Amino acid sequence: MQIYLPIAELPISILMVLGLSGAVGFISGLFGVGGGFLLTPLLIFLDIPPAVAVATVAAQVAGSSMTGVLTYWRRKALDLKLGSVLVGGGIIGTVFGVLFFNSMRRLGQLDLVITLSYVTLFTIIGGLMLYDALRSALRAKAGKPARRRRQAGTHPQWMKLPWRMRFHSSQLYASVIPIAALAIVIGFIGAVLGVGGGFILVPALIYFFRIPPAVVVGTSLFQILVTMTGATMLHAVTNQSVDLILAALLLVGGVIGAQFGGRAARNLNVDSFRLLLALLILSVGLRFAIELFIPPSDPFSVVLPESAR
Amino acid sequence: MKGFRSLAAALLLTSIAATAPRAETLIASVSSHQIQISSNYTGDQLTVFGLVERGGRTVARGDPYDIVVTVRGPQRMLIVREKERLGPIWINRTQRRFVDRPIFLMVSSNRPLNEIVNEDAARRDRIGLANTQRNLPPELYYEESTVRFRQALIRILEDKGLYAQDERGVTFLSETLFSAPIDVPATAPTGSYEIEIALYSGGAMLARQTTNFEVIKTGIEQRLATGAHDHPFLYGLATAAMALLLGWLSSVIFRRD
Repeated sequence: MQIYLPIAELPISILMVLGLSGAVGFISGLFGVGGGFLLTPLLIFLDIPPAVAVATVAAQVAGSSMTGVLTYWRRKALDLKLGSVLVGGGIIGTVFGVLFFNSMRRLGQLDLVITLSYVTLFTIIGGLMLYDALRSALRAKAGKPARRRRQAGTHPQWMKLPWRMRFHSSQLYASVIPIAALAIVIGFIGAVLGVGGGFILVPALIYFFRIPPAVVVGTSLFQILVTMTGATMLHAVTNQSVDLILAALLLVGGVIGAQFGGRAARNLNVDSFRLLLALLILSVGLRFAIELFIPPSDPFSVVLPESAR
Repeated sequence: MKGFRSLAAALLLTSIAATAPRAETLIASVSSHQIQISSNYTGDQLTVFGLVERGGRTVARGDPYDIVVTVRGPQRMLIVREKERLGPIWINRTQRRFVDRPIFLMVSSNRPLNEIVNEDAARRDRIGLANTQRNLPPELYYEESTVRFRQALIRILEDKGLYAQDERGVTFLSETLFSAPIDVPATAPTGSYEIEIALYSGGAMLARQTTNFEVIKTGIEQRLATGAHDHPFLYGLATAAMALLLGWLSSVIFRRD
């Protein structure tokens, strides 16, 4: 069954969109990532204009993270205070990211910047996570404690900077400076790559601040909810590129998928959670690396100016 | 049916007006002047009908008539990029801009174009997929890299179904009456389309006639598209509200704990 998308200006199969967004929604609910970094390339592959894909996925991510936030909120696995600091820093980073984005577009090298960033970011983060997950799995097998527990008084240096704040739900007492800096970096990357940044935020909070994974996922989803709602509005006002019908289809599939993902996350132990997330991120990085290193089957490509749509 | 009736009316008018034609005249009509996009739209088909009219003093021709129908969609600037190797990676190195290219182009004829008209004349008459640009000097037209990029553009748009060439698309129903179907794919852009019908005989163009149609959105498709452009803030607000509402709704429906 096909439906015509008024903004993307092409017909699309309803069942295919529901299936795709359901699968991505499941992953999103499972790992607390927005899923935009998976869904946007898939939609572009289906011939949807890139501007429409990025803008519409923002709406979808906002909706499916809403579901997740409510679920984690009910389970009290959400740190509002930490989330607010992240949102604040994220906004500052986004502004710089948009400025950088526009200057690279003027230079005509935006495609290369995006592909290179995907490759380096995803392979490095995914590789590090994979290494760490495997190492702790081996430790567990050898009968040693799988994770180095955070001992009282043994905080890393960056937590001891001034302006320390107490985040009760995250069991964290640390300086605001490194947290805000992390949020700024993620806002910057998110704006340049058109993703929420959950895939960086989740591992960073787990590794650098040793926050319990359950709280990390809820808090990350909260940050994504706020930024992606803002991004939807921004795209609608500046480019008129949000497709309401496509967004509705993606949402129906996405929120249902996210429900099952969130439920599955409860039955997942920390080690397999980290291993799976590492493999997911690494495989996306490798996919972009293939695009960069393998000779293209067709060296030519045609670009329709965005205003054409 | 509408097409037949307007064709009949056109025939009647011309037979009154054309009392002393020197050469052939071309009369043509299209089955509909509007394609409406609704939510179940998956493309549409139109038909062009036409008649070659010979006056009493028209010279007898040794060669048969040939018809070339060209449909040009809305024009935009298209950019073609070529990936090249730089060290270990492949990146877009060179690009070529094609100004005022139709996004949709269909060329239909009763036999292969190279049998109807020679290459130079085709370029002058703007006949064929490669010849859409007006006033292009020959040295630029035949320049090696221009040819390469132009061929890539045509090949990629043909793959997308936006460019098409049909060497048997025009059917002669009699010696002078012809028809040609026009397939408009679902991905063809909205806007106005020009249909140009050219009459050839012995490699020379005898007459040319244009008509047009438009592709527009109707119903909910149109309301959403105009809403997005005329009230972007409200549209964005509605989308965001819908997203959050659906998110909340699903957490209520699936609530178990």
